[in-house]
Amino acid sequence: MNERQIMTADEVRRAIARVAHEIGERNGGVQNVVLVGIYRRGIPLAKRIAAAIQQIEGSTVAIGALDITLYRDDLEIRGAATQIQHTNIPVDITGKIIVLVDDVLYTGRTIRAALDAVTDLGRPDRIQLAVLVDRGHRELPIRADFVGKNVPTAASEDVAVRLNEVDGGDDAVMITRGAV
Amino acid sequence: MSMPAVSPFVPWIPTPNRKRRHVLDLDDFSAAEIIDVLDAATSMKEVLGRSVPQVPILRGRTVVNVFYEESTRTRMSFELAARTLSASTMSMTAKGSSVEKGESLIDTIRTIQALGADIIVIRHGESGAPYLAAQHFKGSIINAGDGRHAHPSQALLDLFTIRERLGELKGLNVTIVGDILHSRVARSNIWGMLRCGMNVTLCAPSTLIGDVRMWQETFPTLKISYDLDAIIPDTDVLMGLRLQKERMQAGLLPALREYSTYFGINQTRIDKLPDHAIVMHPGPMNEGVEIMPEAADSPRSVIEAQVTNGVAVRMALLYRLSGEATA
Repeated sequence: MNERQIMTADEVRRAIARVAHEIGERNGGVQNVVLVGIYRRGIPLAKRIAAAIQQIEGSTVAIGALDITLYRDDLEIRGAATQIQHTNIPVDITGKIIVLVDDVLYTGRTIRAALDAVTDLGRPDRIQLAVLVDRGHRELPIRADFVGKNVPTAASEDVAVRLNEVDGGDDAVMITRGAV
Repeated sequence: MSMPAVSPFVPWIPTPNRKRRHVLDLDDFSAAEIIDVLDAATSMKEVLGRSVPQVPILRGRTVVNVFYEESTRTRMSFELAARTLSASTMSMTAKGSSVEKGESLIDTIRTIQALGADIIVIRHGESGAPYLAAQHFKGSIINAGDGRHAHPSQALLDLFTIRERLGELKGLNVTIVGDILHSRVARSNIWGMLRCGMNVTLCAPSTLIGDVRMWQETFPTLKISYDLDAIIPDTDVLMGLRLQKERMQAGLLPALREYSTYFGINQTRIDKLPDHAIVMHPGPMNEGVEIMPEAADSPRSVIEAQVTNGVAVRMALLYRLSGEATA
Protein backbone atom coordinates (compact mmCIF):
# COMPACT_ATOMS: atom_id res chain seq x y z
CA MET A 1 0.00 0.00 0.00
CA ASN A 2 1.33 3.34 -1.09
CA GLU A 3 0.67 6.10 1.45
CA ARG A 4 1.80 9.71 1.60
CA GLN A 5 1.08 12.48 4.05
CA ILE A 6 -0.49 15.68 2.76
CA MET A 7 -1.14 17.46 6.07
CA THR A 8 0.72 17.31 9.36
CA ALA A 9 -0.82 17.88 12.77
CA ASP A 10 0.47 21.44 12.69
CA GLU A 11 -1.06 22.09 9.28
CA VAL A 12 -4.38 20.69 10.48
CA ARG A 13 -4.28 23.06 13.45
CA ARG A 14 -3.49 26.07 11.24
CA ALA A 15 -6.21 25.15 8.74
CA ILE A 16 -8.78 24.94 11.53
CA ALA A 17 -7.71 28.33 12.89
CA ARG A 18 -7.99 29.90 9.42
CA VAL A 19 -11.43 28.39 8.83
CA ALA A 20 -12.52 29.72 12.24
CA HIS A 21 -11.37 33.23 11.22
CA GLU A 22 -13.15 33.00 7.89
CA ILE A 23 -16.42 31.89 9.45
CA GLY A 24 -16.45 34.97 11.70
CA GLU A 25 -15.40 37.25 8.84
CA ARG A 26 -17.96 35.99 6.35
CA ASN A 27 -20.84 36.22 8.80
CA GLY A 28 -19.92 39.48 10.54
CA GLY A 29 -19.33 37.68 13.83
CA VAL A 30 -20.73 34.39 15.06
CA GLN A 31 -23.83 35.46 17.04
CA ASN A 32 -26.17 33.58 14.76
CA VAL A 33 -23.88 30.73 13.77
CA VAL A 34 -24.44 27.06 14.63
CA LEU A 35 -21.65 24.61 13.77
CA VAL A 36 -23.09 21.23 12.81
CA GLY A 37 -20.59 18.38 12.56
CA ILE A 38 -21.41 15.49 10.26
CA TYR A 39 -20.76 12.11 11.85
CA ARG A 40 -18.06 10.98 12.28
CA ARG A 41 -15.01 13.21 12.01
CA GLY A 42 -17.08 16.31 11.36
CA ILE A 43 -18.08 16.31 15.01
CA PRO A 44 -14.60 16.69 16.59
CA LEU A 45 -13.71 19.15 13.80
CA ALA A 46 -16.78 21.27 14.66
CA LYS A 47 -15.73 21.24 18.31
CA ARG A 48 -12.21 22.38 17.42
CA ILE A 49 -13.48 25.14 15.16
CA ALA A 50 -15.80 26.27 17.96
CA ALA A 51 -12.85 26.36 20.38
CA ALA A 52 -10.82 28.40 17.89
CA ILE A 53 -13.72 30.83 17.38
CA GLN A 54 -13.99 31.15 21.17
CA GLN A 55 -10.34 32.24 21.26
CA ILE A 56 -10.62 34.63 18.33
CA GLU A 57 -14.02 36.19 18.88
CA GLY A 58 -14.41 35.57 22.57
CA SER A 59 -17.89 34.19 22.08
CA THR A 60 -19.33 30.71 22.33
CA VAL A 61 -20.78 29.06 19.25
CA ALA A 62 -23.53 26.44 19.43
CA ILE A 63 -22.50 22.98 18.19
CA GLY A 64 -24.64 20.14 16.92
CA ALA A 65 -24.13 16.63 15.57
CA LEU A 66 -25.75 15.29 12.43
CA ASP A 67 -26.05 11.71 11.24
CA ILE A 68 -27.06 11.39 7.60
CA THR A 69 -27.59 7.61 7.47
CA LEU A 70 -31.36 7.95 7.04
CA TYR A 71 -30.88 10.40 4.14
CA ARG A 72 -28.43 8.35 2.08
CA ASP A 73 -29.20 7.51 -1.53
CA ASP A 74 -27.07 4.37 -1.71
CA LEU A 75 -28.92 1.91 0.53
CA GLU A 76 -29.10 -0.58 -2.36
CA ILE A 77 -25.37 -0.33 -3.01
CA ARG A 78 -23.93 -0.13 0.47
CA GLY A 79 -26.54 -1.95 2.52
CA ALA A 80 -27.94 -1.10 5.90
CA ALA A 81 -24.94 -2.28 7.89
CA THR A 82 -23.94 1.18 9.06
CA GLN A 83 -24.94 1.77 12.65
CA ILE A 84 -27.17 4.80 12.94
CA GLN A 85 -25.79 7.56 15.14
CA HIS A 86 -27.54 10.26 17.07
CA THR A 87 -28.55 13.50 15.49
CA ASN A 88 -28.42 16.11 18.23
CA ILE A 89 -28.76 19.79 17.47
CA PRO A 90 -29.59 21.43 20.80
CA VAL A 91 -30.90 24.73 19.40
CA ASP A 92 -33.76 25.70 17.11
CA ILE A 93 -32.04 26.14 13.75
CA THR A 94 -34.76 28.30 12.20
CA GLY A 95 -33.30 31.73 11.35
CA LYS A 96 -29.74 30.61 12.13
CA ILE A 97 -26.65 30.35 9.96
CA ILE A 98 -25.76 26.69 9.86
CA VAL A 99 -22.17 25.78 9.08
CA LEU A 100 -21.95 22.11 8.18
CA VAL A 101 -18.57 20.66 9.08
CA ASP A 102 -17.06 17.53 7.51
CA ASP A 103 -13.58 16.13 7.07
CA VAL A 104 -13.43 15.44 3.33
CA LEU A 105 -15.53 16.86 0.48
CA TYR A 106 -15.58 14.37 -2.38
CA THR A 107 -18.66 13.49 -4.48
CA GLY A 108 -20.93 15.87 -2.56
CA ARG A 109 -23.49 13.16 -1.83
CA THR A 110 -22.96 13.29 1.91
CA ILE A 111 -23.55 17.04 1.83
CA ARG A 112 -26.67 16.57 -0.31
CA ALA A 113 -27.99 14.22 2.34
CA ALA A 114 -26.93 16.61 5.12
CA LEU A 115 -28.80 19.49 3.45
CA ASP A 116 -31.97 17.39 3.42
CA ALA A 117 -31.42 16.34 7.02
CA VAL A 118 -30.90 19.93 8.20
CA THR A 119 -33.88 21.34 6.33
CA ASP A 120 -36.04 18.62 7.90
CA LEU A 121 -35.17 20.09 11.29
CA GLY A 122 -36.07 23.68 10.56
CA ARG A 123 -35.54 26.59 8.17
CA PRO A 124 -32.12 28.15 8.65
CA ASP A 125 -31.38 31.55 7.07
CA ARG A 126 -28.29 30.19 5.38
CA ILE A 127 -26.37 26.92 5.21
CA GLN A 128 -22.63 27.02 4.65
CA LEU A 129 -20.07 24.25 4.36
CA ALA A 130 -16.66 23.93 6.00
CA VAL A 131 -14.34 21.02 5.18
CA LEU A 132 -10.81 20.16 6.16
CA VAL A 133 -9.96 18.73 2.72
CA ASP A 134 -11.57 19.27 -0.68
CA ARG A 135 -10.37 16.46 -2.93
CA GLY A 136 -12.49 17.24 -6.03
CA HIS A 137 -14.52 14.75 -8.13
CA ARG A 138 -17.90 16.30 -7.40
CA GLU A 139 -20.96 14.43 -8.68
CA LEU A 140 -23.41 17.14 -7.58
CA PRO A 141 -23.46 20.96 -7.87
CA ILE A 142 -22.09 21.49 -4.35
CA ARG A 143 -19.11 23.56 -3.20
CA ALA A 144 -17.51 24.36 0.13
CA ASP A 145 -17.51 27.87 1.64
CA PHE A 146 -14.51 27.21 3.88
CA VAL A 147 -11.72 24.81 2.88
CA GLY A 148 -8.74 23.82 5.01
CA LYS A 149 -6.79 22.51 2.03
CA ASN A 150 -7.52 21.80 -1.61
CA VAL A 151 -5.94 18.50 -2.62
CA PRO A 152 -6.02 17.31 -6.24
CA THR A 153 -6.52 13.53 -6.18
CA ALA A 154 -7.15 10.66 -8.56
CA ALA A 155 -10.44 8.84 -8.15
CA SER A 156 -8.49 5.65 -7.42
CA GLU A 157 -6.89 7.29 -4.38
CA ASP A 158 -8.27 7.43 -0.87
CA VAL A 159 -8.05 10.41 1.45
CA ALA A 160 -7.92 9.50 5.12
CA VAL A 161 -8.21 12.15 7.81
CA ARG A 162 -6.90 11.03 11.19
CA LEU A 163 -8.00 13.01 14.20
CA ASN A 164 -6.77 12.39 17.69
CA GLU A 165 -10.31 12.28 19.16
CA VAL A 166 -11.41 9.50 16.80
CA ASP A 167 -8.27 7.68 15.71
CA GLY A 168 -5.88 8.36 18.58
CA GLY A 169 -2.33 9.53 17.93
CA ASP A 170 -1.30 12.63 15.98
CA ASP A 171 -3.62 14.39 13.57
CA ALA A 172 -2.74 13.75 9.92
CA VAL A 173 -4.21 13.65 6.45
CA MET A 174 -2.97 10.82 4.26
CA ILE A 175 -3.48 9.86 0.63
CA THR A 176 -3.54 6.15 -0.11
CA ARG A 177 -3.31 4.78 -3.59
CA GLY A 178 -6.05 2.28 -4.29
CA ALA A 179 -5.16 -1.39 -4.24
CA VAL A 180 -6.25 -1.98 -7.85
CA MET B 1 -34.84 -21.05 -0.81
CA SER B 2 -33.58 -22.22 2.53
CA MET B 3 -34.75 -21.24 5.94
CA PRO B 4 -33.04 -21.94 9.22
CA ALA B 5 -34.58 -24.98 10.85
CA VAL B 6 -35.79 -23.17 13.91
CA SER B 7 -38.46 -24.81 15.93
CA PRO B 8 -39.81 -22.86 18.83
CA PHE B 9 -38.44 -25.11 21.50
CA VAL B 10 -35.16 -26.28 20.08
CA PRO B 11 -32.25 -24.15 21.22
CA TRP B 12 -30.45 -22.79 18.21
CA ILE B 13 -26.95 -21.41 18.13
CA PRO B 14 -26.90 -18.00 16.48
CA THR B 15 -24.41 -17.23 13.75
CA PRO B 16 -23.59 -13.59 14.36
CA ASN B 17 -22.22 -12.71 10.93
CA ARG B 18 -25.08 -14.01 8.84
CA LYS B 19 -26.93 -11.21 7.15
CA ARG B 20 -30.43 -11.06 8.52
CA ARG B 21 -33.21 -11.65 6.05
CA HIS B 22 -36.24 -12.28 8.29
CA VAL B 23 -37.29 -11.49 11.84
CA LEU B 24 -39.24 -14.57 12.91
CA ASP B 25 -38.28 -14.87 16.57
CA LEU B 26 -35.46 -13.79 18.85
CA ASP B 27 -34.00 -17.30 19.08
CA ASP B 28 -31.63 -16.50 16.20
CA PHE B 29 -30.58 -13.10 17.59
CA SER B 30 -27.27 -12.89 19.40
CA ALA B 31 -26.95 -10.46 22.31
CA ALA B 32 -24.83 -8.23 20.06
CA GLU B 33 -27.51 -8.07 17.38
CA ILE B 34 -30.18 -7.26 19.95
CA ILE B 35 -28.05 -4.41 21.27
CA ASP B 36 -27.49 -3.21 17.69
CA VAL B 37 -31.23 -3.04 17.13
CA LEU B 38 -31.79 -1.22 20.43
CA ASP B 39 -29.05 1.30 19.57
CA ALA B 40 -30.57 1.93 16.15
CA ALA B 41 -33.98 2.32 17.78
CA THR B 42 -32.56 5.03 20.06
CA SER B 43 -31.65 7.04 16.98
CA MET B 44 -35.04 6.31 15.44
CA LYS B 45 -36.69 7.66 18.57
CA GLU B 46 -34.94 10.99 17.97
CA VAL B 47 -36.59 11.11 14.52
CA LEU B 48 -40.01 10.45 16.07
CA GLY B 49 -39.52 13.39 18.42
CA ARG B 50 -39.04 15.91 15.62
CA SER B 51 -41.70 18.39 14.55
CA VAL B 52 -41.66 16.72 11.10
CA PRO B 53 -41.09 13.07 11.94
CA GLN B 54 -40.15 11.63 8.58
CA VAL B 55 -36.89 10.55 6.95
CA PRO B 56 -36.52 9.42 3.32
CA ILE B 57 -34.40 6.27 3.68
CA LEU B 58 -37.03 3.68 2.62
CA ARG B 59 -38.58 5.70 -0.19
CA GLY B 60 -39.69 3.33 -2.93
CA ARG B 61 -39.92 0.31 -0.62
CA THR B 62 -43.24 -1.31 0.12
CA VAL B 63 -44.20 -2.75 3.49
CA VAL B 64 -47.36 -4.84 3.62
CA ASN B 65 -49.13 -5.62 6.87
CA VAL B 66 -50.91 -8.97 6.65
CA PHE B 67 -53.02 -9.53 9.72
CA TYR B 68 -54.98 -12.73 10.15
CA GLU B 69 -55.64 -11.82 13.76
CA GLU B 70 -56.96 -8.59 15.17
CA SER B 71 -54.53 -6.00 16.47
CA THR B 72 -54.51 -2.32 17.31
CA ARG B 73 -51.08 -1.34 18.49
CA THR B 74 -48.86 -3.72 16.55
CA ARG B 75 -50.46 -2.99 13.19
CA MET B 76 -50.60 0.77 13.68
CA SER B 77 -47.11 0.75 15.10
CA PHE B 78 -45.64 -1.04 12.07
CA GLU B 79 -47.59 1.22 9.75
CA LEU B 80 -46.34 4.36 11.47
CA ALA B 81 -42.80 2.98 11.52
CA ALA B 82 -42.90 2.29 7.77
CA ARG B 83 -44.34 5.71 6.97
CA THR B 84 -41.84 7.53 9.15
CA LEU B 85 -39.13 5.90 7.02
CA SER B 86 -41.04 6.97 3.86
CA ALA B 87 -41.94 3.44 2.74
CA SER B 88 -45.26 2.79 1.04
CA THR B 89 -47.60 0.74 3.17
CA MET B 90 -50.51 -1.53 2.43
CA SER B 91 -52.66 -3.43 4.84
CA MET B 92 -54.56 -6.67 4.57
CA THR B 93 -56.78 -8.18 7.20
CA ALA B 94 -58.27 -11.62 6.84
CA LYS B 95 -61.71 -10.19 7.23
CA GLY B 96 -62.88 -8.68 3.93
CA SER B 97 -60.06 -10.27 1.90
CA SER B 98 -59.91 -13.32 -0.37
CA VAL B 99 -59.03 -15.35 2.72
CA GLU B 100 -62.77 -15.44 3.29
CA LYS B 101 -63.12 -17.06 -0.14
CA GLY B 102 -60.68 -19.73 0.94
CA GLU B 103 -57.40 -18.39 -0.42
CA SER B 104 -54.45 -20.18 1.20
CA LEU B 105 -51.69 -18.38 3.09
CA ILE B 106 -49.16 -19.33 0.41
CA ASP B 107 -51.32 -17.94 -2.40
CA THR B 108 -51.92 -14.75 -0.46
CA ILE B 109 -48.18 -14.30 0.09
CA ARG B 110 -47.50 -14.90 -3.62
CA THR B 111 -50.16 -12.37 -4.56
CA ILE B 112 -48.63 -9.77 -2.27
CA GLN B 113 -45.22 -10.53 -3.76
CA ALA B 114 -46.59 -9.99 -7.26
CA LEU B 115 -47.83 -6.58 -6.12
CA GLY B 116 -44.24 -5.64 -5.32
CA ALA B 117 -43.90 -5.96 -1.56
CA ASP B 118 -40.40 -5.77 -0.08
CA ILE B 119 -41.31 -6.58 3.52
CA ILE B 120 -44.34 -8.46 4.81
CA VAL B 121 -45.34 -7.99 8.42
CA ILE B 122 -47.51 -10.94 9.31
CA ARG B 123 -49.70 -11.84 12.25
CA HIS B 124 -51.38 -15.22 12.28
CA GLY B 125 -53.27 -17.34 14.78
CA GLU B 126 -51.27 -20.45 13.91
CA SER B 127 -47.79 -20.87 15.39
CA GLY B 128 -45.26 -21.14 12.56
CA ALA B 129 -47.31 -19.41 9.86
CA PRO B 130 -44.63 -16.70 9.30
CA TYR B 131 -42.03 -19.46 8.73
CA LEU B 132 -44.22 -20.92 5.99
CA ALA B 133 -44.67 -17.44 4.52
CA ALA B 134 -40.88 -16.95 4.56
CA GLN B 135 -40.47 -20.05 2.37
CA HIS B 136 -42.68 -18.56 -0.32
CA PHE B 137 -41.60 -14.92 -0.31
CA LYS B 138 -38.52 -13.41 -1.96
CA GLY B 139 -38.41 -10.43 0.39
CA SER B 140 -38.30 -10.22 4.16
CA ILE B 141 -40.86 -11.45 6.66
CA ILE B 142 -41.39 -9.91 10.08
CA ASN B 143 -43.38 -12.01 12.51
CA ALA B 144 -45.87 -9.71 14.24
CA GLY B 145 -47.21 -12.53 16.39
CA ASP B 146 -47.95 -16.16 15.49
CA GLY B 147 -50.22 -18.20 17.73
CA ARG B 148 -48.57 -18.83 21.08
CA HIS B 149 -45.16 -18.99 19.52
CA ALA B 150 -43.38 -15.68 19.04
CA HIS B 151 -43.72 -11.91 18.92
CA PRO B 152 -40.15 -10.69 18.41
CA SER B 153 -40.83 -6.99 17.83
CA GLN B 154 -42.75 -6.85 21.12
CA ALA B 155 -39.86 -8.47 22.98
CA LEU B 156 -37.41 -6.02 21.43
CA LEU B 157 -39.52 -3.03 22.40
CA ASP B 158 -39.77 -4.44 25.92
CA LEU B 159 -35.98 -4.77 26.08
CA PHE B 160 -35.63 -1.25 24.69
CA THR B 161 -37.98 0.14 27.33
CA ILE B 162 -36.21 -1.72 30.14
CA ARG B 163 -32.81 -0.47 28.98
CA GLU B 164 -34.14 3.07 28.63
CA ARG B 165 -35.46 3.04 32.20
CA LEU B 166 -32.93 0.90 34.05
CA GLY B 167 -29.74 1.15 32.03
CA GLU B 168 -27.84 -2.05 31.44
CA LEU B 169 -29.93 -5.19 30.90
CA LYS B 170 -27.39 -7.66 32.23
CA GLY B 171 -28.13 -8.96 35.70
CA LEU B 172 -31.64 -7.49 36.00
CA ASN B 173 -34.32 -9.72 37.59
CA VAL B 174 -37.44 -10.01 35.49
CA THR B 175 -40.67 -11.58 36.66
CA ILE B 176 -43.13 -12.47 33.91
CA VAL B 177 -46.45 -13.07 35.57
CA GLY B 178 -49.68 -14.38 34.08
CA ASP B 179 -50.87 -16.46 31.19
CA ILE B 180 -47.50 -17.90 30.16
CA LEU B 181 -49.17 -20.88 28.52
CA HIS B 182 -50.73 -18.84 25.72
CA SER B 183 -48.17 -16.06 25.53
CA ARG B 184 -46.01 -15.48 22.46
CA VAL B 185 -44.83 -12.27 24.13
CA ALA B 186 -43.38 -14.29 27.01
CA ARG B 187 -41.71 -16.79 24.70
CA SER B 188 -39.91 -14.18 22.61
CA ASN B 189 -38.99 -12.21 25.72
CA ILE B 190 -37.48 -15.28 27.36
CA TRP B 191 -35.14 -15.80 24.40
CA GLY B 192 -34.16 -12.15 24.26
CA MET B 193 -33.82 -11.57 27.99
CA LEU B 194 -31.72 -14.67 28.60
CA ARG B 195 -29.45 -13.79 25.67
CA CYS B 196 -28.96 -10.35 27.20
CA GLY B 197 -27.94 -11.87 30.53
CA MET B 198 -31.09 -11.11 32.48
CA ASN B 199 -32.51 -13.43 35.17
CA VAL B 200 -36.01 -14.49 34.23
CA THR B 201 -38.66 -15.95 36.52
CA LEU B 202 -42.01 -17.15 35.21
CA CYS B 203 -44.86 -16.85 37.67
CA ALA B 204 -48.37 -18.21 37.20
CA PRO B 205 -50.82 -20.76 38.52
CA SER B 206 -49.61 -24.20 37.49
CA THR B 207 -52.35 -24.53 34.86
CA LEU B 208 -51.01 -21.48 33.01
CA ILE B 209 -47.27 -22.21 33.18
CA GLY B 210 -47.20 -24.87 30.48
CA ASP B 211 -44.89 -27.86 30.49
CA VAL B 212 -42.42 -27.25 33.33
CA ARG B 213 -39.99 -29.93 32.20
CA MET B 214 -39.95 -28.48 28.71
CA TRP B 215 -39.10 -25.06 30.14
CA GLN B 216 -36.31 -26.46 32.28
CA GLU B 217 -34.82 -28.52 29.46
CA THR B 218 -34.92 -25.65 26.98
CA PHE B 219 -33.79 -22.90 29.34
CA PRO B 220 -31.80 -24.36 32.24
CA THR B 221 -31.41 -20.95 33.92
CA LEU B 222 -35.10 -20.06 33.75
CA LYS B 223 -36.83 -19.99 37.14
CA ILE B 224 -40.43 -20.87 37.82
CA SER B 225 -42.46 -19.66 40.76
CA TYR B 226 -46.04 -20.05 41.90
CA ASP B 227 -45.82 -17.38 44.57
CA LEU B 228 -45.73 -13.84 43.26
CA ASP B 229 -45.52 -12.21 46.68
CA ALA B 230 -42.39 -14.17 47.52
CA ILE B 231 -40.42 -12.92 44.51
CA ILE B 232 -41.71 -9.35 44.26
CA PRO B 233 -39.08 -7.81 46.58
CA ASP B 234 -36.31 -9.07 44.27
CA THR B 235 -37.96 -8.01 41.04
CA ASP B 236 -36.53 -5.18 38.92
CA VAL B 237 -38.98 -5.63 36.07
CA LEU B 238 -42.51 -6.90 36.67
CA MET B 239 -44.16 -7.85 33.40
CA GLY B 240 -47.84 -8.71 33.44
CA LEU B 241 -49.43 -10.70 30.64
CA ARG B 242 -52.98 -10.61 29.37
CA LEU B 243 -55.20 -13.54 30.27
CA GLN B 244 -55.97 -14.74 26.77
CA LYS B 245 -59.56 -15.72 27.22
CA GLU B 246 -59.99 -16.22 23.46
CA ARG B 247 -57.38 -19.00 23.46
CA MET B 248 -58.28 -20.40 26.85
CA GLN B 249 -59.97 -23.72 27.34
CA ALA B 250 -62.47 -24.07 30.10
CA GLY B 251 -61.21 -25.24 33.48
CA LEU B 252 -57.74 -23.63 33.45
CA LEU B 253 -58.81 -21.14 36.09
CA PRO B 254 -61.32 -21.68 38.88
CA ALA B 255 -62.31 -18.01 38.91
CA LEU B 256 -60.93 -14.73 37.60
CA ARG B 257 -61.23 -13.21 41.05
CA GLU B 258 -59.09 -15.87 42.59
CA TYR B 259 -56.50 -15.38 39.86
CA SER B 260 -56.57 -11.66 40.53
CA THR B 261 -56.05 -12.16 44.25
CA TYR B 262 -52.94 -14.30 43.85
CA PHE B 263 -51.39 -13.06 40.61
CA GLY B 264 -52.92 -9.65 39.85
CA ILE B 265 -50.64 -6.60 39.79
CA ASN B 266 -52.17 -4.24 42.36
CA GLN B 267 -51.02 -1.32 44.48
CA THR B 268 -50.09 -3.51 47.47
CA ARG B 269 -47.72 -5.56 45.32
CA ILE B 270 -46.30 -2.45 43.60
CA ASP B 271 -45.50 -1.02 47.05
CA LYS B 272 -43.39 -4.09 47.80
CA LEU B 273 -41.27 -3.74 44.67
CA PRO B 274 -37.80 -2.18 44.99
CA ASP B 275 -37.86 1.61 44.48
CA HIS B 276 -36.41 1.53 40.98
CA ALA B 277 -38.58 -1.31 39.66
CA ILE B 278 -40.85 -0.88 36.65
CA VAL B 279 -44.17 -2.46 35.69
CA MET B 280 -44.84 -3.52 32.12
CA HIS B 281 -47.73 -4.98 30.15
CA PRO B 282 -47.80 -5.69 26.41
CA GLY B 283 -51.47 -4.72 26.11
CA PRO B 284 -54.30 -4.96 25.56
CA MET B 285 -55.01 -5.13 29.30
CA ASN B 286 -57.85 -6.79 31.13
CA GLU B 287 -57.93 -4.10 33.77
CA GLY B 288 -59.22 -5.42 37.04
CA VAL B 289 -58.03 -8.97 36.23
CA GLU B 290 -54.28 -9.30 35.68
CA ILE B 291 -53.58 -5.65 36.42
CA MET B 292 -55.53 -3.10 38.43
CA PRO B 293 -56.20 0.34 36.95
CA GLU B 294 -54.21 2.01 39.75
CA ALA B 295 -51.22 -0.19 38.92
CA ALA B 296 -51.43 0.49 35.19
CA ASP B 297 -51.50 4.24 35.86
CA SER B 298 -48.91 4.24 38.64
CA PRO B 299 -45.59 6.08 38.23
CA ARG B 300 -43.92 2.65 38.02
CA SER B 301 -45.89 1.77 34.91
CA VAL B 302 -44.05 2.10 31.58
CA ILE B 303 -46.97 0.75 29.57
CA GLU B 304 -47.41 3.89 27.50
CA ALA B 305 -43.68 4.16 26.89
CA GLN B 306 -43.79 0.58 25.56
CA VAL B 307 -46.26 1.68 22.89
CA THR B 308 -44.23 4.74 21.88
CA ASN B 309 -40.96 2.82 21.87
CA GLY B 310 -42.55 0.13 19.72
CA VAL B 311 -42.56 2.46 16.73
CA ALA B 312 -38.86 3.25 17.11
CA VAL B 313 -37.93 -0.43 17.48
CA ARG B 314 -39.97 -1.40 14.42
CA MET B 315 -38.31 1.38 12.42
CA ALA B 316 -34.96 -0.14 13.39
CA LEU B 317 -36.12 -3.59 12.23
CA LEU B 318 -37.51 -2.33 8.91
CA TYR B 319 -34.29 -0.45 8.28
CA ARG B 320 -32.15 -3.44 9.17
CA LEU B 321 -33.96 -5.67 6.68
CA SER B 322 -33.73 -3.12 3.87
CA GLY B 323 -30.07 -3.34 3.01
CA GLU B 324 -30.43 -4.87 -0.41
CA ALA B 325 -33.01 -4.48 -3.12
CA THR B 326 -35.19 -7.57 -3.24
CA ALA B 327 -36.34 -7.35 -6.87
